[in-house]
Amino acid sequence: MKKTMSKTLRSNIITIGLVVAVFVIVQILIGTGNISSLMKGLLVPLCVYAILAVSLNLTVGILGELSLGHAGFMCIGAFSSAFFSKCMKMFLPGMPAGLRFFLAILVGAAFAGLLGILIGIPVLRLKGDYLAIVTLAFGEIIKNIINILYLGVDEAGVHFSLKSSMDLHMEDSDKIIINGAMGITGTPGDSNFTIGIVLLLITLIIVLNLIHSRDGRAIMSIRDNTIAAESVGIPVTRYKLMAFSISAALAGVAGVLYAHNLSTLTATPKNFGYNMSIMILVFVVLGGMGNIRGSMIAAVVLTLLPELLRGVVSDYRMLIYAIILIVMMLFNWAPKCIEWREKTVAMIRGKLSPKSAAKEGE
Amino acid sequence: MAILEVQNLSISFGGLRAVDDFHVTVEKGALYGLIGPNGAGKTTVFNLLTGVYKPDEGIITLDGKDITGRKTIEINHAGIARTFQNIRLFKELTVLDNVKVGLHNQNSYGTLTGILRLPKYFRVEKQMNEKAAELLKVFDLDQEASMLAANLPYGKQRKLEIARALATNPKLLLLDEPAAGMNPNETQELMDTIHFVREHFDMTILLIEHDMKLVSGICEELTVLNFGRVLCQGKTADVLNNPDVIKAYLGSE
Repeated sequence: MKKTMSKTLRSNIITIGLVVAVFVIVQILIGTGNISSLMKGLLVPLCVYAILAVSLNLTVGILGELSLGHAGFMCIGAFSSAFFSKCMKMFLPGMPAGLRFFLAILVGAAFAGLLGILIGIPVLRLKGDYLAIVTLAFGEIIKNIINILYLGVDEAGVHFSLKSSMDLHMEDSDKIIINGAMGITGTPGDSNFTIGIVLLLITLIIVLNLIHSRDGRAIMSIRDNTIAAESVGIPVTRYKLMAFSISAALAGVAGVLYAHNLSTLTATPKNFGYNMSIMILVFVVLGGMGNIRGSMIAAVVLTLLPELLRGVVSDYRMLIYAIILIVMMLFNWAPKCIEWREKTVAMIRGKLSPKSAAKEGE
Repeated sequence: MAILEVQNLSISFGGLRAVDDFHVTVEKGALYGLIGPNGAGKTTVFNLLTGVYKPDEGIITLDGKDITGRKTIEINHAGIARTFQNIRLFKELTVLDNVKVGLHNQNSYGTLTGILRLPKYFRVEKQMNEKAAELLKVFDLDQEASMLAANLPYGKQRKLEIARALATNPKLLLLDEPAAGMNPNETQELMDTIHFVREHFDMTILLIEHDMKLVSGICEELTVLNFGRVLCQGKTADVLNNPDVIKAYLGSE
């Protein structure tokens, strides 16, 4: 029993240590000037995708429900926090950037989490494919509403329209904050790699600690057998909603990081559409459902890969990317491959220490 | 004192009266059997008792409290725990964690306590580990505590289900065909386990079973269901010799 405790603890320490190690290595590379500007530009997005993958794994791997609307929650986090930051910049210019960004993160997480609850209440009554399709639809709805949303703030108060910027009836057009499909421009660029890593670490700690607690066990028991979970008195609806909204709030945090890394934030199919949601799902599936560290690594590898290939074989880059994706999926999850990997690992271990091999043979 | 009292319990699915005017009184500490041919409505009665289905008519009283039409979760809180005919374990969780899920409502701390790892987390988790280990020991599962439930042999999976049900600290334990798929040796062992559970936990047990050896071996009283109706009720020996019961099981000439 003690062994299992230390096993999860060790696994968690490895996960956290990995992130810290990557951070230190990247900082050294930056310090010595050994990193290209392309890579530098990718550092914050890498954190964004890693947070998204870890948070979606909470819904898909731990709760066991397929959600295809994760980009929608990221979108809400991004826009609500960018709106907040820009307002603060306009009306309270004296506010320190650090405090403003900290509050923006809370705003983004709160709005995304709240939306997670609102959407979760009707949607979590569904299961499997049906849930996936409805979440997909909600994700698209969020993105499309943001695209026609006009929102401005001036001395007279908040102006709101779903038609055009003219309908806001504002004298000073500079004070329009969300300008329909043109989005938000001039968000303060508060994000950086260090903050990204800190947020990723916080996300990891929240998710890992949740999983290995009383609530995490309840959530996983619902995944494994809902009827049995009810029979031992687990409030199924409450825990489903909890996992879903925490997952949404963390996606919102990723959105905050994303929004404050760009000077112009627009909701396009590329960044907040279902393509993005499916991309995040690919990270989770490839890295392993319920495997937090795996989904984080998959997010990093699959984000870096197309960029690294750009320099080598630019014409066939997406083709090679797809082939690598298929090969990785087979290597990770085909039963024969798993068997072969286990054998190889056992063989290597056996060579390293003959004693342990003899033990396994017993 | 009667721990479970059921009167006039009925439910229909479409035009089919699956359970009709079912009634039973189970005394505290009793080992009560519910038998009947396939499709007689035994599992439906269990599902009615545990709130999976809502009865059309009837009253269910647990320990003097009316629990008719309540939800599964509330009924578990009120004190009924069950096992399932087709085993329903949390397969991807360890054996220990399966029992700890059962302890969910006994030892509790908040979500934030868990995420922030406050001192209460460690204190309550330790209590839970101790309680769970104790239960596993009773069922001779302590060696397998860190195994995934899915990897347990069949007989031990049945035992783990009982352990998990007991972890919720029930007043009444419902066992749905505990001996299904077991060989005679395993059945014998199971009978000992059931006896032990009753003595050790001072438990009232209501079980559904097909295995007549087990039924006649451990049940003190029986109710026979046939086509959703109570065919016969009483002491085990009397019931098993009742001509109507023999007819229902073996058919008439």
